Amino acid sequence: MKQGIFTIAENIALTDSVMKMTLVGDVSDITASGQFINILLDGLYLRRPISVFDRDESSVTIIYKVVGKGTEKMKQMTVGETLDILTGLGNGYDLSLSGEKPLLLGGGVGVPPLYLLAKKLIAEGKTPTVVLGFNTKSEIFCEEDFQALGITTVVATADGSYGVKGFVTDAMKTLDYDYFYTCGPEPMLRAIYSAAKTEGQFSFEERMGCGSGACMGCSCKTVTGYKRICKDGPVLRKEEILWEK
Amino acid sequence: MGKMSVNLCGIELDNPVIPASGTFGYGYEFAEIYDINLLGTFSFKGTTKDPRFGNPTPRIAECTAGMINAVGLQNPGVEKVIAEELPKMRKVFHKKVMANVSGFAVADYAYTCEKLDKCEEVGWLEVNVSCPNVHGGGMSFGTSPEAAAEVVRAVKAVTTKPVIVKLSPNVTDIVAIAKACEEAGADGISLINTMLGMRIDLKTKKPVIANTMGGFSGPAIFPVAVRMVYQVSHAVKIPVVGMGGVSTAEDVLEMMLAGATAVEVGAANLVDPFACKKIIEDLPRVMEKYKINSLSEIIGGC
Repeated sequence: MKQGIFTIAENIALTDSVMKMTLVGDVSDITASGQFINILLDGLYLRRPISVFDRDESSVTIIYKVVGKGTEKMKQMTVGETLDILTGLGNGYDLSLSGEKPLLLGGGVGVPPLYLLAKKLIAEGKTPTVVLGFNTKSEIFCEEDFQALGITTVVATADGSYGVKGFVTDAMKTLDYDYFYTCGPEPMLRAIYSAAKTEGQFSFEERMGCGSGACMGCSCKTVTGYKRICKDGPVLRKEEILWEK
Repeated sequence: MGKMSVNLCGIELDNPVIPASGTFGYGYEFAEIYDINLLGTFSFKGTTKDPRFGNPTPRIAECTAGMINAVGLQNPGVEKVIAEELPKMRKVFHKKVMANVSGFAVADYAYTCEKLDKCEEVGWLEVNVSCPNVHGGGMSFGTSPEAAAEVVRAVKAVTTKPVIVKLSPNVTDIVAIAKACEEAGADGISLINTMLGMRIDLKTKKPVIANTMGGFSGPAIFPVAVRMVYQVSHAVKIPVVGMGGVSTAEDVLEMMLAGATAVEVGAANLVDPFACKKIIEDLPRVMEKYKINSLSEIIGGC
């Protein structure tokens, strides 16, 4: 974990409610896809944890949905403004467990962390396929980013307004894969858990306090004991997961 | 003695800054980002007799200048703390540590404290009396002078190290409870624990926290903490550890002027993991600014 001051290089709308922000600063602690950064905002007490979409040598890009006070404040920020950010948080996806044909399944704002994951898998010589799930055509983002990586990109919309009609699990049925990675809302994760034919990794979301393992605000029960989503997660392997409620 | 050093119940601290229990784990994860030996000491995660998962999530709610938590004393239980966590802590922290203990029955407190009292690295036992008493209708030990004193007597009977009682602010007369603890043999008082709070989500129209209510902490409660530290430190002869919303070196001075011998920093660690390091490094500057030669000289000086 590192603390740094980052400068906004881009903050643009991808859809009505989803924004893309690129931040320039020390990104050396972002070592894995599926990690997140934790952003301090003026006038708000707790930081905002947002997953990493992409990084290069000097910048990190995030994609966030405007859902409350914090993300609304972020949306209003302009190029050149600075933010206090903690980087290198969370375990991230483990690439060493992947097969040759991993399937990447993202739903809504669960899509972004799969982009850096796809790039890393391609760099390791794997052939990923990605399935992006959205409610409707107007909410789709990042399809072209995945297509530009040269990988098979399937879009599913719940209302059938674009691509496969239905959920990512409907698209999943027809695809050939030997491992999977996923991130999205919990109902989607549960559906994938039931439908998946192979092992895989799930990235979870939980309301956090510190985001760095200190407060135990985001604990969950797993097969291998209690885990903190922020520090021991957000990525859990399928065989570790205990569904509650 | 250095300009920043203070004496807490017979043990000298290089400086009065102490990360509060539940905001610093067992220290070793913070040791990955800075040398935690620069701290006065730290109070490790609240320990109970038996392992606890704690409350369901969400456990956290944001507030103006603060936060509410309802973690529910998640910890692996005293046996595992001693066998697994303290050895990891010892590798990176070479000072005496404060062992924070909670319980749901008087006998639980005594059991856990007796075990931790035998650990060489433990310098102080910080006894959190804010927990509900399962044999007392669920009322918190810390809301009754008699119940708090009973815990102190039971712990003192089986331990040798200084016992600091951590008091809840959710009471009508904090002074009466502090005095009862002192009379029962407490070696120090720490306060304030979190204030009971609640938030409601307008979208769901339900409480934000799964447990409905939780402990409110952060800068918003600082004035209440200063007031209670002032009241208690003027009523007891034993040292007082002040806490509640402390976030800056200036806050440390204010707490000490109110009567605190040492100062715990809680929620600030969760927003900025480097908070305690920054406060300690900033103390010489603010001491000079306010013409303070020695921190121990300003205790209770307001």
